[in-house]
Parts: sequence; C-alpha cells; structure tokens
Amino acid sequence: MRRRYLAYPYVLWMAAFVVAPIAIVVVYAFTAKGGGATFGNFAEIVRSAPMLRTFARSFWLSLLATVVCLLIGYPMAYVLANERRGAQRVLLMLIMLPMWMNFLLRTYAWITILEKNGLLNRLLGLLGVGPLQMINTQGAVVLGMVYNFLPFMILPIYSVIVKIDRSLLEAAEDLGASPLAVFRRVIFPLSLPGVVSGITMVFVPGVSTFAISKLLGGSNSGMLGDLIEMQFQGTSYNPYLGSAVALVMMVIVMVFMYFMNRVGDGGQEAMIL
Amino acid sequence: MSKELIRLSNCTMAFDGEVVLNNIELSINDKEFLTLLGPSGCGKTTTLRIIGGFQKPTVGDVFFDGVRINDVPPHKRSVNTVFQKYALFTHLDVFENIAFGLQMLKPAISKEEISSRVMEMLEIVSLKGFERREVSSLSGGQQQRVAIARALVLRPKVLLLDEPLGALDLRLRKDMQNELKRIQQTMDITFIYVTHDQEEALAMSDTVVVMDGGVIQQIGTPEDIYNEPKNAFVADFIGESNIVDGIMKRDGVVEIFGRSFKCLDGGFAPDEPVDVVIRPEDVDIVEVGEGMLTGTVTNITFKGMQYDIIVDFRGFKWLIQTTDLSPVGARIGIKIDPDGIHIMKKSHYSGMFGDYSSYSAEYDDIGDASIEAEEEPEDDL
Repeated sequence: MRRRYLAYPYVLWMAAFVVAPIAIVVVYAFTAKGGGATFGNFAEIVRSAPMLRTFARSFWLSLLATVVCLLIGYPMAYVLANERRGAQRVLLMLIMLPMWMNFLLRTYAWITILEKNGLLNRLLGLLGVGPLQMINTQGAVVLGMVYNFLPFMILPIYSVIVKIDRSLLEAAEDLGASPLAVFRRVIFPLSLPGVVSGITMVFVPGVSTFAISKLLGGSNSGMLGDLIEMQFQGTSYNPYLGSAVALVMMVIVMVFMYFMNRVGDGGQEAMIL
Repeated sequence: MSKELIRLSNCTMAFDGEVVLNNIELSINDKEFLTLLGPSGCGKTTTLRIIGGFQKPTVGDVFFDGVRINDVPPHKRSVNTVFQKYALFTHLDVFENIAFGLQMLKPAISKEEISSRVMEMLEIVSLKGFERREVSSLSGGQQQRVAIARALVLRPKVLLLDEPLGALDLRLRKDMQNELKRIQQTMDITFIYVTHDQEEALAMSDTVVVMDGGVIQQIGTPEDIYNEPKNAFVADFIGESNIVDGIMKRDGVVEIFGRSFKCLDGGFAPDEPVDVVIRPEDVDIVEVGEGMLTGTVTNITFKGMQYDIIVDFRGFKWLIQTTDLSPVGARIGIKIDPDGIHIMKKSHYSGMFGDYSSYSAEYDDIGDASIEAEEEPEDDL
C-alpha cells in the first residue's frame, strides 16, 4: 500500500505557499487601483516607454550575464571534473565559499572596488590610466550578476560531466575519435542537461534581480526587480501594477524555459530549480 | 589460423608499484578465437586494455603485425572493443551508435555508404528494424548486439570483448555464446575474449589462456586445458577436480593413498611427489570388493543429469558424478581407468585446491556470484 497521507503536509505547504501566492499575484494583476477587474495594468506597462526599456534591459543584461557565466563556467566545470578527487573537493569548496558570505556584503564589496576612488581606479592610477567610470554602469551590473551567479552555472555542469561514464570516452576513442571529437560528439552532448540547468539557474534569478542593479547600476540601470520593488514601497505604491509586471515577467521566463527544456533532457531538473 | 597477428613480449604492468601483470608472453594468431580466462584480479582485463591501447605496459612491447604499437593511441589502432557494460552512447539512437565509428573515418565516407554499412551490421547482429530505437529502450541482449555491431562495423582485424556476457541471464548467455561464435566465423577475424566463466571459455574458444595473479598459467586448446591441466590452479579453475597427492613410481604408475594406479603419464623422476587430478566424471562406482579404493558417501546433491556425491576416502573428500544413487553412509568402491588419471608437477598451488571437505550444494552458485559481483580492481585505475 502506498502511504499517500505522508504527502499531505507537502501538498498543504505547496498550496499555502506556492499556489496561493501566485493566484493572489494573478488576481492583483487584473485588478484596477480602485477595485474591479481590468486589463489596465498591462496597458499601462505597454504604454510606458521607461517600463518597456526596463523589460528589455533586464532580459538583455541577464542574457549577457548568462552567456559570460557559461563561457567562464563550462571550461571551469570541465577542468574541475577532470581533476583528481582530492583537488575536486578543494576547488568545489573554493567555488562555494563566497556563497556563504552574505549576498549584500559581497555586492557592497564590489562598490568599494569599482567606485571612482575605489581599489581598481587607484591601481589603474598608479599605471597612469583612468580614472574610469566603472560603478553605475550596465557593465557593473553584469559583473555583479556573473560574480554572484557563476557557482550556479559551474555546479550543475560539473555534476553532469563528472558522472559521465569513463568507458563512454574510451569507447569513442576506441571507435576512432580524436580527443577533440570525443569532446564534441560525446562529452558535450552528454553535458547539455547540466548546461540547461546552469543557464536556467543563472538567467531566471538574473532577470528578477534588484539589489545588484540598485547597488552597482545606478539610476539608469534599473531592472525589473527594482521596478517591482518600487511599486510596493515608497510613494508610488501600486501593488496591482507591480503584480502585473511580475506576471508578465513570469510568463516570459516560462516561455524561455519551455524552449530551453526542449534543448536538453535535464529539463525536469531545471524546471524544479 | 597460422599467422601471428599480435604479440605481447615480456609485458609487465604495475600500478603504484603493485604488479598486476608479470612478464606476459603471448602470441595471438590471425582469425583465432582466443579467451583470457581467470578469476577477478588475475590481469586478464589489463591484458586486453594493453592490446586495445588504453594502457601502456610498464615494461615490455606490444606488436601488431610485426610493428611495435606501444605508443599508438586507441583511435589509431585497427582493434575495436566491446566494453564490459557496453558503453553505448545514450544520447544517440541505435543507428547513430553504430555509425559513430564510420563518421570518424578519415578520409570521410559518404552518408549512403555509412547507412548501408550500418544496415548490413544490423542484419548480422539480428537487429534489423531497430535502427531508430533509443538505446535505453533495448534489453540487455539487444544492447549487447548494438555494442558488437558498433565495434564490428569498422571491420577491425581484431575484436576485443571484455566480459561481454557478464550482465546477461543464463539462457541469454548461452544464446549469445553461439551468436558470438557465429559472428566471429562470419566476419572471419580475430576475437580476444575476456571472461571468468570457464564454461564460456571452453565452449567458444580456439585457444584458452588461463591466468592467475598476473601470470599466464597455461595456454592451450579447450581440450588441452581440461584434460591436461598444468597445475593445481588450472585443474581446479576449469571444471571440477579431485586433486590428491601422489608419488610417481615410474612411467605409467602412480601411488595414491599407498596404492598403485595405472596412468598414461610419464617423464617424471622416480618417486617424484606429484599432484594427481581425477575428474569427478572419470570415477566409476563398483562393489566394495572390486574397487581400487573404498570410501563412505557423506553427501548427495541431485543435479538433474547426475548426482554429485561426496565420498570420504581416509579423511580426504572426493567429488564424484554418477547417475546411480548411493545413499549417504553407504560404503562404495571406486575404479579409475588409466586415462582418467592426470599427473601434474608440484607447484606453489599444490595443496590449495581439490579437496571437497567444505563442499555444500550451493558451492558453485556462491563461487560464481562472488566473482560476478566484484569488479576487476584494475578497472578503477
């Protein structure tokens, strides 16, 4: 007999803390400021050029961050997976270590590095370069995202590569594949589920990030997270518009994930994460 | 079957100072079905991996067609391998798995040719119509065939098979044995086969190489290996054997338990201590008075075709296979024909095998299971 009742607490949990909040967001998104159902919130988004720019910027910057993470993370994961066991443990620890530090603290640290009289500019000054405008640029936002999200790219790719059966590589070699062909035809395709997970785990939080853009991006680099936050705090309090923005973002992310999941078989894992 | 194709010349292999192959001398002929047989950890897989190019011998040379190939990487050898757990590419379907090697060929061959050669292989391994199936949807036996087809499609001169039937159940294993033998004859190439299963080795091979402790114990035809084992290890590993101490009185006469027996062997020093092998099926049960030796039945196991009975001769227990039932406790006499007695020189294996004191009905099963469960230790390296 299957003990179904064991699942009840989780069902309850999911209903109370996952389904209900999403339902509330959906209801709010279709509610007018004074009450009553409306599409007005969405119309407001579409009509507002700054908001559309924020949408575009959010997706563009997090896409950029995802690509950079992939370009750095894949080779790192690959090298890591081919290290000896002991070295793997140490390196994994080093990759995860920054994640144990408070997120805000890590991001604040970048301010002191990037600001006008910061560490980097002083160093460049010694070489006779600069000072360069680094803080409050979109580049700084991408840098902040890459720095914060890189482990989420490395770890899933690493864990997939490290599990690839060595005899598969030997089999490929045995069948005449050069080392490059072994990578191209066997290792890379088999690591795709990890890549899909990694991309999802970087891109999705990237789109909705707000602290990074707020701290490193200045006033011209606001992202969707900031936009939503603004609707719930401060003078322009408008939870209905905020919910609508959140809903649109969610739908776009879901469409994106749908296409990603068709690329790799790791889709289910990515979906859960 | 006469031309030499591969030669291992005093090959020694050591991992971290631990010697797993000790001074191997092995010559493999063209179009031969050669089996490397031994218990796990005997060095058979390492030998295969040296031939495949996955490992370089610490000392010694490997020759292929007279050319030294120690430093030739696997992808440049005209040798292909069927791996222990098939190692099929799960991201590719059956067709793509088999086509993999063909797509690696330089200069490249046309898509039509790849397709026709894959189809031809599918036919040989009886998997026609399976080309678009996912590998993971196949049964163990079918995956096995894909692995064989994938290796054979490149028309290698030599196919290496590393315990290819280990994961299959008994019935399928028997079918695949015949299948493999048929494929080897159809393709007319050399098969080098690694197994711990002596039955498999005897049934399929032209030549059997028995290995233990990184050393080749005996090389010969299945008949040689079974009928004329060189030492107690081979006698015990291949089939069931009663191995007893004897003294060679002169050519053709050996003394066991103080009684003289006629045998066919000779060439030993007078009164040389020897190991005597008596196969369980070579012992005839007779009336007590007519027997050469008299013993007491202590255990009976019904095996279908015959009874396996354990008989106590002065504290030494023999296994005898007979179709006549003698109850436990019965006194029986035995007779052995001269050709049922095989004499071996003493070796460091003497005294380690051949006594059935600890015999139990499950003996065989337990023995086999423990071997299958263990991995070859060198696989991890």
